[in-house]
Amino acid sequence: MSKLKENTIQKDMLINVGPQHPSTHGVLRLVITLEGEIIRDTKPVIGYLHRGKEKLAESRTYFQYLPMVDRVDYLSGFFYQAAYCYAVESIAGLKIPRRAEYIRLITMELNRIASHLLWLGSFLLDLGATSPLFYVFREREEIIKLLEQLTGQRMMFNYYTFGGVKMELPEGWPASVLDLCKKLPKLFDEYEAIITKNPIVLERTKGVGIMSAQQGLDYGISGPNIRASGVNYDLRKSNPYSVYDEIDFNVCLARSGDSYDRYIVRVAEMRESIKIIEKALDRLPGGIPEKLKVKRVNCGCNKDDCGYCGFDTRLMGKKLNAAVFKPPIGEATAMIEAPRGVACCYVVSDGTNKPYRVKWRTPSFSAVQILPELIKDRLFADLMPIFGSFDVVLPEVDR
Amino acid sequence: MYELYAKIINIIGIPEIFAQMTWPVFPFGCVAALLVLVVIFLVLMERKVLAWLTVRKGPNRVGPNGFLQTFADAIKLLFKEDIMSRDTNKVLFTIAPIIVFAPIMVIYGLMPFTEHFVAINLAVGLFLVFALSSITTVGIVIAGWASNNKYSLLGGMRSAAQAISYEIPLVIAVLAVAVLAGSLNLVEIVENQAGGILSWNMWPAFIGFIVLFICSIAEVNRIPFDLPEAESELVSGYNTEYSGMKFALFFLAEYSALFIISVLIATLFLGGYLSPFNDYLSVILFTNLITNPEIMDLFIHIEQGFWLVAKTYALIFAIIWIRGTLPRLRADQLMGFSWKFLLPLSLFNLILVATYKLMI
Repeated sequence: MSKLKENTIQKDMLINVGPQHPSTHGVLRLVITLEGEIIRDTKPVIGYLHRGKEKLAESRTYFQYLPMVDRVDYLSGFFYQAAYCYAVESIAGLKIPRRAEYIRLITMELNRIASHLLWLGSFLLDLGATSPLFYVFREREEIIKLLEQLTGQRMMFNYYTFGGVKMELPEGWPASVLDLCKKLPKLFDEYEAIITKNPIVLERTKGVGIMSAQQGLDYGISGPNIRASGVNYDLRKSNPYSVYDEIDFNVCLARSGDSYDRYIVRVAEMRESIKIIEKALDRLPGGIPEKLKVKRVNCGCNKDDCGYCGFDTRLMGKKLNAAVFKPPIGEATAMIEAPRGVACCYVVSDGTNKPYRVKWRTPSFSAVQILPELIKDRLFADLMPIFGSFDVVLPEVDR
Repeated sequence: MYELYAKIINIIGIPEIFAQMTWPVFPFGCVAALLVLVVIFLVLMERKVLAWLTVRKGPNRVGPNGFLQTFADAIKLLFKEDIMSRDTNKVLFTIAPIIVFAPIMVIYGLMPFTEHFVAINLAVGLFLVFALSSITTVGIVIAGWASNNKYSLLGGMRSAAQAISYEIPLVIAVLAVAVLAGSLNLVEIVENQAGGILSWNMWPAFIGFIVLFICSIAEVNRIPFDLPEAESELVSGYNTEYSGMKFALFFLAEYSALFIISVLIATLFLGGYLSPFNDYLSVILFTNLITNPEIMDLFIHIEQGFWLVAKTYALIFAIIWIRGTLPRLRADQLMGFSWKFLLPLSLFNLILVATYKLMI
């Protein structure tokens, strides 16, 4: 009898969640030890989506690698392109025209809203609500359409280039962005009416997956996840990279660091992003297409006065030529506040037209690491509200 | 009707004992046909309503406006391979869908769809309905166990836990109706509510109506109480391993249960097949036109069916609406909700109704 009891009742159950599972957001595999429905141990297994993004960079020129960068995170391609571009630009000493900077800022914030919207839908899908997914896709579609108008692509934009952006804004684009900015807050109100005070959502997420500020900092969590724990850390404020220092905006914070606060922070951030876009469109400097990107290097002018060039290096031609673009020997790191946290790109140049090393530091990677600690001794049903609230995107984890 | 049947049997030359034996099968034949028709329409309705709620178009390819979509799905399910993995318990795996489906089919026979359209009119019909509907849970637990799949097992266990916590407030809420009607016979319960919308059981037992409505959503395993098949956690819960016709049986059982539980709520609280006005519309409108009482009876018969179906589909619409709106509860929260909130509420309702019954 006692032996039977040991075998059946006291034995923990090993359950394999993923890599094919409806709500692991891609191909994450979690090996979970369950005691009844209580999670005792979790081992995240990653690597199912590894594409060797870092190694691929070493065999390609700087320009050839540029279209690949979007694929690091397919939901927020602009941010990773920006990180890579800023890193290379700071090695090469390129100064970006202000109009291009503003366009970068606007597109990045639009992308942030699109990314957060998709997170909102999938998070509620994890909780069991199916409809919000369709509603967020309706709004995301509007944003994606605008970005498609601008870049010709819906997800893998490939729009930034070293020293600026590739194309001028299409006719009437700023106006339609403004129209959308007027429309979106009302739609966010619509979601909030059904989600924010919904007793079931509150019960499922409040007090679930509490991440203390210290814990988050230890694991290197960043972005909205750490801001939900009350840490005022936003690169756009603390270390402004584009023209964020010229625009006034609030950093959205929450205190308790549970799944519900992460939701609150993201929704608040979407609203804040809309304000940023509106302000940026207001200040968008006009200009001829030549001012969109650095067309030439060493145009013969005085470097300090000229805003559009400034390359003191061994460049073969005077034009910014893709094949012969050779930044000087050096290394640089660019940090960008992506929707999921700090995206960091480290580029080493050895003076040839190929990067010597590219290293990506992605926020979702840390979020997967903290997961076992947060879901220990919680119910199996809590796995999805906690994991979903971190907004993990698997291609970003594996790269 | 039986006389006619016996006559035909007699003419063919088969002994009458055969007619007596086969006659009770006929109502079940009718019930089976009704059930399949209802499910086919219900699946389409659910998809269309959900599509409408989520700004989509829904099925619109097969047939006019996607009307034949469910037929296409049913044919597809019939032709699918029936997969059974090596380590499943083959006997239990096969029996489980039948155990889930059969009781619901019997409940169809117990329901008074109109005054005369009751296949089995029992004195303790209400009691039997709830006795049968709990058997379904046993089938789900067996399915979860026999599948030899960890997700299925969790789903089956959750289903058992859920059933235990939900059956009790459900039955106590229904007890109030039995107190009001003074009977467990479903036809008598309906007849007791005659006299227009204000004499329905819904008003004296309003709390019980709400409790029963919530509990019945749990009974048919739908969002927000679809824990046994919680998609985001348990992949598909107890029916993860099922395919082909066995899965179709689960599917059929789920939707027929949804229909029958709505019929039950309508019968118990919304006056069943009775008209919401003082008298039947056909009586009010055609009383001067139609003098033949038999034709009048036919009209009333059809109208009764119409009212029941209208009430049922209003309830089903509400259930689908809830599905489209709410997220899922967690297992322990569901049990807490049921034991700490619904059970006291249903007891309070019982006391209230009993007092009301004593006063009038």
